[in-house]
Amino acid sequence: MIVIEPVAAPGAPLARRNPVAKLAAALVFSVALIATLDPVAPAIAIAIELGVLPLFGVRYRVLARRAWPLLAGAAGIVVTLVLFAADRSGRVLVEAGPVTVTSGVLLTALGLVLRMLAVALPGVIVFATTDPTDLADALIQNAKAPARFAIGALAAFRLVPLLGQEWQMISMARRARGVDAGRNPLARLRLFVSTAFALLVGAIRRGTRLAVAMDARGFDAGTPRTVARRQRFTTADGLLIAGAAALAGGALAASILLGTFRPLLG
Amino acid sequence: MSAVQLRGFGWRHAGRKAWAVRGVDLRVEAGERVLLLGPSGAGKSTLLSALAGLLPEDSGEQEGTVEIDGLDPRKARERVGIVFQDPETQLVMARCGDDVAFGLENRGVPADEIWPRVDEALHRVGFPYHRDRPTAALSGGEQQRLALAGALALRPTLLLLDEPTANLDPAGAALVRRAVADAVDADTTLILVEHRVAEALPLVDRVVVLEPGGGVRADGPPAAVFAAHGDALAAEGVWVPGRIVAPRHATAPAGEPLITADRLGLPPRLAPTDLSVRAGEALAVLGPNGAGKSTLALLLGGLLRPGTGTASATAVLAGRDAGTSPHRWRAPALAARIGSVFQDPEHQFVTGTVFDELALGPRRTGRSEAAVRATVETLLERLRLAKLAGANPYTLSGGEARRLSVATALATAPRLLICDEPTFGQDRRTWRELVDLFAELRDAGHGVVTVTHDPDFVAALADRTVILERRA
Repeated sequence: MIVIEPVAAPGAPLARRNPVAKLAAALVFSVALIATLDPVAPAIAIAIELGVLPLFGVRYRVLARRAWPLLAGAAGIVVTLVLFAADRSGRVLVEAGPVTVTSGVLLTALGLVLRMLAVALPGVIVFATTDPTDLADALIQNAKAPARFAIGALAAFRLVPLLGQEWQMISMARRARGVDAGRNPLARLRLFVSTAFALLVGAIRRGTRLAVAMDARGFDAGTPRTVARRQRFTTADGLLIAGAAALAGGALAASILLGTFRPLLG
Repeated sequence: MSAVQLRGFGWRHAGRKAWAVRGVDLRVEAGERVLLLGPSGAGKSTLLSALAGLLPEDSGEQEGTVEIDGLDPRKARERVGIVFQDPETQLVMARCGDDVAFGLENRGVPADEIWPRVDEALHRVGFPYHRDRPTAALSGGEQQRLALAGALALRPTLLLLDEPTANLDPAGAALVRRAVADAVDADTTLILVEHRVAEALPLVDRVVVLEPGGGVRADGPPAAVFAAHGDALAAEGVWVPGRIVAPRHATAPAGEPLITADRLGLPPRLAPTDLSVRAGEALAVLGPNGAGKSTLALLLGGLLRPGTGTASATAVLAGRDAGTSPHRWRAPALAARIGSVFQDPEHQFVTGTVFDELALGPRRTGRSEAAVRATVETLLERLRLAKLAGANPYTLSGGEARRLSVATALATAPRLLICDEPTFGQDRRTWRELVDLFAELRDAGHGVVTVTHDPDFVAALADRTVILERRA
């Protein structure tokens, strides 16, 4: 099942910040890091990210659990690059049969992995510490997103966990009807497609019913909406974004001073 | 208070040949409480949608007029509240209080009035939890109470309830009816569509019966309507109070066991359970929500791998596979021996027409095309689906879809039939047909297991009951 609840202590100083501010800070921080290809700036950035983690109320163990697909992806990148990269420059470190590992290959792989982690972690932290309802509220109130989009997406999001159960039900119902694929890969593909189609039909019907129920409560009324839960964008929220920009700038500056900076463009 | 006036009202959904509802002349005075009845397909839900202003002009063709306090319902939307059947698709927000507040926000209620009105609405429906409770943690009956609070918070002067208890077990349905009785004040006009007439009668003072071909057949105080039209309505499938269906219990003792469950369970959904199903008996599995009844049905049906214990088929059921667990069988072998009918019929539909749907099972089990055709035609006739042979299964009404889902399970002539809530939301006519059909199967030596909340169904059919306890 997909976890949509926040996993952090909600009272932590930075977790309490406005969701839009958190999102903007994460974006500023990530975008700055995309600008360089060197491994030093991302390494500094990861150190910063892990350093501020307690301020968001996220425990390291929880983060590791949430981010394991990311770590698995990172390991995959290292293995792939080490085995198949065309660039074989630098000192030879290991030579085992057809596999040659050189310092150049290892450095490129490391840089790529570090960048991926440094860019992705801020997003992971934001979504781990933000309630989806609060995010939708803040998007509407502080970022002027259309309510029809933000609330609609929120309501649809609520139905996502149902899809998993539905898939299981449809699969079992098909088996009960005498439909299975056995070991034939083509039959398996056909069964997968037809199950997915049934799931889609059900999801559309459910979505339509939900939309009608929402309109019945005036969602399409066109009168200006009021808000029950006020989201405030304070100085502290502005400072969070400024802080993220300053820290990202610091990481880039350090990389430039150390002479490792390799701009993405030019 | 709102009054409703319909003059020759009719509606045909875009792209449909038949009118969903037609020729309705009806006046409902402010403060009246009306139960709207009619056989399935009489257009009750369409009528409620029209009153709620939820039929956009470009979504179909209208005849005659419909007015609320002299206004087009599309322009009188603030006066009307509606609660639908399915709790899952009418809750919008993740927390209960936010969900009630949703409608108030949409209507532009000033922010400082929202929370007092949320609390008042929750209080009126007797909602037992704090407003921060996650909506996902509620039972079906509690969710429907919340949906009612969401409608009442907008202070409608006309409240429409479209089978609000059809998807609930008896305890949940009672919870919702009590909330309606307590929360709807004398200033609110109420129009209710409900299958279970006897339970709904205390809530209303007038009954209106729609004629399936168009128009209003009967209108008046409940006692007068049922005295004059009771027999005809019951024959058409309306649950007229006080009419008991003659029970059909087994005339011969049960035969040999078909399947035996030994400490069969699946933690945390079902505690280890001992059970045996015999040929020629109808077994009802009862118990509160959360006791694992549906899980037991899936385990016996060979659709889930057991977590504890075993399900073991006998030679009578499985021939040379005797002693094995049904979940290990290939699907065609399973379908030929055990038929499973799911709670939601639409989960089971695989093909594009009713005919192909019925032919699927027999074809998969390797029958000749002539034999398949004969089987399908018998079933179409037996379950009143002959006219729908070319229809898409997804377009059927609730009763038709249920009959088709039972027929598909029977098409492979399985010795054991397992049904999960087969009578849920069914009209009296389909209900009786299911009782008769299951009784015939039982008398012909099949084993019939039904998971059910329906006490009338148990009384009419079951030879033996098993009651599961709720897990701690």
